[in-house]
Amino acid sequence: MSQPTPNPFRATPSFSRTFESGVFWVLRSTAYIILLCGGFVFSDIVIKGSTTVFRPEFPFVNTTFLTEAPESLYVFEHEGVKREMGDREFRAFRESERLKAEAAGRTAPEIKATSYVYSAGGIFPCIVGTVLLVVGSMSIALCLGVASAIFLNEYARQGTFIRLVRLTILNLAGVPSIVFGLFGMGLFVIFLDWNVSLLAGWFTLALMVLPVVITASEESLKAVPQGFREASLALGATKWQTIRKAVLPFALPGILTSSILGIARVAGETAPIMFTAAFVVRDKLPWEDLERASDFFFQGVMALPYHIYVVSSKIPQNEYTERVQYGTAFVFLLIVALIATTSIVLRARLRRRYRW
Amino acid sequence: MPSPLLPSSLGSAEGRNPPVVRRPVIEIADLDFHYGTSQALHDISLSIAEKEVTAFIGPSGCGKSTLLRCLNRMNDLIDGARISRGAIRIRGVDIHQRDVEVMELRKRVGMVFQKSNPFPKSIYENVVYGLRLQGVRDKTRLDEAVETSLRGAALWDEVKDRLHASGLSLSGGQQQRLCIARTIAIEPEVILMDEPCSALDPIATAKVEELIHQLKLRYTIVIVTHNMQQAARCSDRTAFFYLGKLIEFAPTKDIFMTPSNPQTEAYVSGRFG
Ligand SMILES: Nc1ncnc2c1ncn2[C@@H]1O[C@H](COP(=O)(O)OP(=O)(O)O)[C@@H](O)[C@H]1O
Ligand SMILES: [Mg+2]
Repeated sequence: MSQPTPNPFRATPSFSRTFESGVFWVLRSTAYIILLCGGFVFSDIVIKGSTTVFRPEFPFVNTTFLTEAPESLYVFEHEGVKREMGDREFRAFRESERLKAEAAGRTAPEIKATSYVYSAGGIFPCIVGTVLLVVGSMSIALCLGVASAIFLNEYARQGTFIRLVRLTILNLAGVPSIVFGLFGMGLFVIFLDWNVSLLAGWFTLALMVLPVVITASEESLKAVPQGFREASLALGATKWQTIRKAVLPFALPGILTSSILGIARVAGETAPIMFTAAFVVRDKLPWEDLERASDFFFQGVMALPYHIYVVSSKIPQNEYTERVQYGTAFVFLLIVALIATTSIVLRARLRRRYRW
Repeated sequence: MPSPLLPSSLGSAEGRNPPVVRRPVIEIADLDFHYGTSQALHDISLSIAEKEVTAFIGPSGCGKSTLLRCLNRMNDLIDGARISRGAIRIRGVDIHQRDVEVMELRKRVGMVFQKSNPFPKSIYENVVYGLRLQGVRDKTRLDEAVETSLRGAALWDEVKDRLHASGLSLSGGQQQRLCIARTIAIEPEVILMDEPCSALDPIATAKVEELIHQLKLRYTIVIVTHNMQQAARCSDRTAFFYLGKLIEFAPTKDIFMTPSNPQTEAYVSGRFG
């Protein structure tokens, strides 16, 4: 029997091998740490928030929280039991106690209650406000953004000036949102005299996401094969006909993808709306008591991120406000996820229709 | 002497003389063309006869596509591309005149591209694209146009049961014929084809060549090809280009059998290119 030949590929410990696996583990653990942080934040909000939003008994959802406006919470002791009541409920309770006492011929004992603002009721006006802000500002941003992307990509002669315009747009994306808020206040609220209103908030938010929408729309337009344009033009189409029928439909899925990112940003920013559109509290819903239809656009609204900001920094903190904070944050996440899912489904539909 | 209108005179000319010379549809006169500062075409003059197939051959980069794209002004799309001298006349009208509407020109001079480019829409919608642009809404008219165009492009039998399937579900050769159907749906006078078979397999190529023979009866065709056998098989006249210059333009038979220019001879005999 001959000696077995030594394996020429045998692994030998060396510095570069150790280094390789070191790099691999560093990268891997970074990814895991990020995952862990994200998971922690999410589960914290979901766990604490769901105790506010969900109920153990039927109908399993806290309908008050989802369908009513914020109220003050009254906490008091009554006949040895600690009770918590919202503003309206508390007043009705006090009234009935007084009537009961009168009927028995006594004076009603003073109920000593501690009140906590915004800790009872719900966040329905904030949900409505945020949805209105997102829908309006994304519509404006998409119209303006797609229009300018079409101009930049299809019509403009590519030169120094256009490069400068692109650079400006990119830089605009880096401007802090509070600056947009101040700009919106200066231009829309004060100069154009729209006051604190939906319209002012829409335009401020739209300006904020415009760079993202323009850049992404341009990318999507670029991704449409040149052959479609040439084929259309060679069949006698004008430039606009070509864009409308042979370019835009095929760029739309990409444009929507970008706008999904925009949605999350528009829904989540507090700074741009706090001077332009958001009210701390407002009794009426946006469609109630309108004298003229145009009044709809010139009213302020409550909004989820601003509400979170108010209940976590503008009022005294306690166990009751924490419930509202987490509940609002949870609902907020759900709504953003819902809007994003809708646009993803829409995009998938379009993709299926216009594939190449 | 027999009247030139009699069919017998055509018959007697066959095989020996150049093909019957018809009225030129397109006349290119002393054309210079620039991309920015680099000149792509030098002093091109040639006439394209009605209802014939004219082939442009030559090594790649010699300016065949550039010249072809001048004929329906597709070069207008390219920044800095311009005709610096000379003129192109179609039916006697200078197509670069100020009052020429380029959309109208392109309706009369259709184009089929090297890379087949059907829209990602149904076969039906692909064919009626040009008609819809012209505002045709009438369903029966569109249906008719779809059938005649697809028959004209020898595609009807293969797709008549799935007109509403995506144009992209077709094979490469079928896609190219769909593009031809789309072009003939708007009834142009001239069809320009830029290497229409370069991405096709031999069987699909044969079908398209067969189709070109039929189309010739109704349309004037200009075809760019780098496949010399294809030029020899399909065309009536052939123009040989080299480095942006027109080297020789003659009936196809003469170009391949008795080229008068040594460069043409070298190219068609496969010694360069
Ligand atoms: N869009 C363009 N911009 C600048 N130069 C071009 C452009 N298209 C073609 N050219 C140049 O013009 C010459 C002719 O090109 P082309 O007409 O495409 O040749 P062919 O079709 O015969 O292969 C080539 O040298 C090519 O590099
Ligand atoms: Mg070419």
